[in-house]
Amino acid sequence: MKAISLERKEKKKKVTYDRWGLYFIIPFFVVYFLFTLIPQLLTIFYSFFEYYRKTVGVYIGPNFIGFQNYVNLFKPIDSSGTIDILKYFGNTTIMWIVGALPQFLIALILAVMFTSTRLNVKGQGFFKTVFYLPNVIMASAFSLLIFQVFGRVGPINQIIVMNGGNTVDFLRQKTSVRALIAMTNFVMWFGNTTIVLMAGIQGIDESLFESARIDGASSFKVFKDITMPLLKPIFIYCFITSMIGGLQMFDVPQILTAGQGTPDFTSKTIVMFINEVLRAKDYGKSGAISMILFIITGILSLIVYKITNKD
Amino acid sequence: MTNVSKSVVDNNKNRNAKIKLIIERIISYSFLIVLTVFCLSFFYVLVINSTKSNDELNSVFSLLPSKYFFENLIGALFHPTSQYVNIFSGFKNSLIVALLSSVLTCYFSSLTAYGVYAYNFKGKRIIAAFILAIMMIPSQLASVGFLKIAVDLRITDQLWVLIVPSIAAPATYFYMHQYLKATLPLELIEASRMDGSNEFMTFNRIVLPIMKPALAVQMIFSFVASWNNYYMPGLLIEDDNKTTLPIMLGLLRSDAIGKVDNGQIWMVILLSILPVVIVYLILSRSIIKGVTSGSVKG
Repeated sequence: MKAISLERKEKKKKVTYDRWGLYFIIPFFVVYFLFTLIPQLLTIFYSFFEYYRKTVGVYIGPNFIGFQNYVNLFKPIDSSGTIDILKYFGNTTIMWIVGALPQFLIALILAVMFTSTRLNVKGQGFFKTVFYLPNVIMASAFSLLIFQVFGRVGPINQIIVMNGGNTVDFLRQKTSVRALIAMTNFVMWFGNTTIVLMAGIQGIDESLFESARIDGASSFKVFKDITMPLLKPIFIYCFITSMIGGLQMFDVPQILTAGQGTPDFTSKTIVMFINEVLRAKDYGKSGAISMILFIITGILSLIVYKITNKD
Repeated sequence: MTNVSKSVVDNNKNRNAKIKLIIERIISYSFLIVLTVFCLSFFYVLVINSTKSNDELNSVFSLLPSKYFFENLIGALFHPTSQYVNIFSGFKNSLIVALLSSVLTCYFSSLTAYGVYAYNFKGKRIIAAFILAIMMIPSQLASVGFLKIAVDLRITDQLWVLIVPSIAAPATYFYMHQYLKATLPLELIEASRMDGSNEFMTFNRIVLPIMKPALAVQMIFSFVASWNNYYMPGLLIEDDNKTTLPIMLGLLRSDAIGKVDNGQIWMVILLSILPVVIVYLILSRSIIKGVTSGSVKG
């Protein structure tokens, strides 16, 4: 009898402690619901409504229109037949790929180099510090820096003119604007990717490299047959997170082109589009674009989740 | 094959391997140096150009510093040629937002992680899974609803709107949870209960000090993220007295064609990145270590 009551008492005591766990997570969840979840649900909700500001202080709606906002997004606006959202989606993808390819290639080379016991690269701390530096810098400051460097009277043009060339309008040409945005993203992110891939390689069992070396395998063969296959999950994880980040691309093109996506909207990204529509206070349309972007990133996230949980 | 000739072959093989290694090293270091120069060139140009006058900047390029650094500094601080530049208020607002945000993020992420880690309440597993799931949702989805609410409640142009949401930071929570799992034995909490410590006090006095290394890393990352944040603040803040540095830089860019003193633009860029660069250079070792501990599973 005594034993039972004691046990019960202990159980009771434990329950009273466990209540604290709930108290501790309350602030997180209250803030999450108020500042993230409800806004997210509202975004989805308004995407099914006609709801925009016509003139200052005059709003149209909210009128429920089903999927009309989504349908409108895929209708060409003018006679040229361009569909804005597809154009901006294409811009975003191209600029992401052009930056991501060198980013991953160089990060992979660096990661292999830094982890190679044979090469035994000295001064790694210094190199890593330099390569990661652009990642901690404000994207907006870095973009303004690029704008200054490649501007009409910037250092690059001064060098071109000094060597007898003509001033190049880097910020008014489709290819160069896109290339500059891709390059900025590349500079900002290759250090980060290097560090993550390095950690991945360091996670591979050292004895595998050792035995390959004893068998006389060449560096390339070791890379192809041991490093790459075992690094694959982390590499894919990295690549898809980069893709998700790339789809959200905003700061760099926004600042570099002053929000215009010059020339002729060829460097305008999806999030710049949302930003513009949202500034004009069209909640329905911006909600619909946000949802489309969300669904695409959701699918990509699901792939990441599948891959990282496989092993 | 005699022993002698075999050793000659071995020697040759060894020598070839050595030469190959030397060549590989030369290529590797050259590659590293080229990349280093490439990365640093942007910062070099930034520093050099912040020492030049408007006229110098608009004439001929030179890699050497000039003597207008303090003139540009004083100009940028006290007589900005762009109506949007107000370094003092930009710094003040950015500092308030970034400091408070990172403190709130760290404290409440730790508290939440501790709540989930140390207690066995009902629904704990669902909650843990839920936080992991929402980690995947890009914050951008909330922006439309957030702006709508903020406009309706007339709370745009207020800094606390940028600060309070940082209490719920799923990624930081995840990091803290991993850290607690690895470092905090539950017996320690039992022991402090024996001493009659209140659960909340136990967290503040015993758990938080144990989490210092994790807090330091996350403090830096959340500070930098907040300091650099442009998207939501750009939508919410329109009042010139409330703009943070990234918004100011954005406005300066739209203003920058021709009208604004060029030396000052370089100076403003330099000033806005300087605090983070200095902190980074001091703590780079632990920051770089922190990059992987959060992002890679395990």
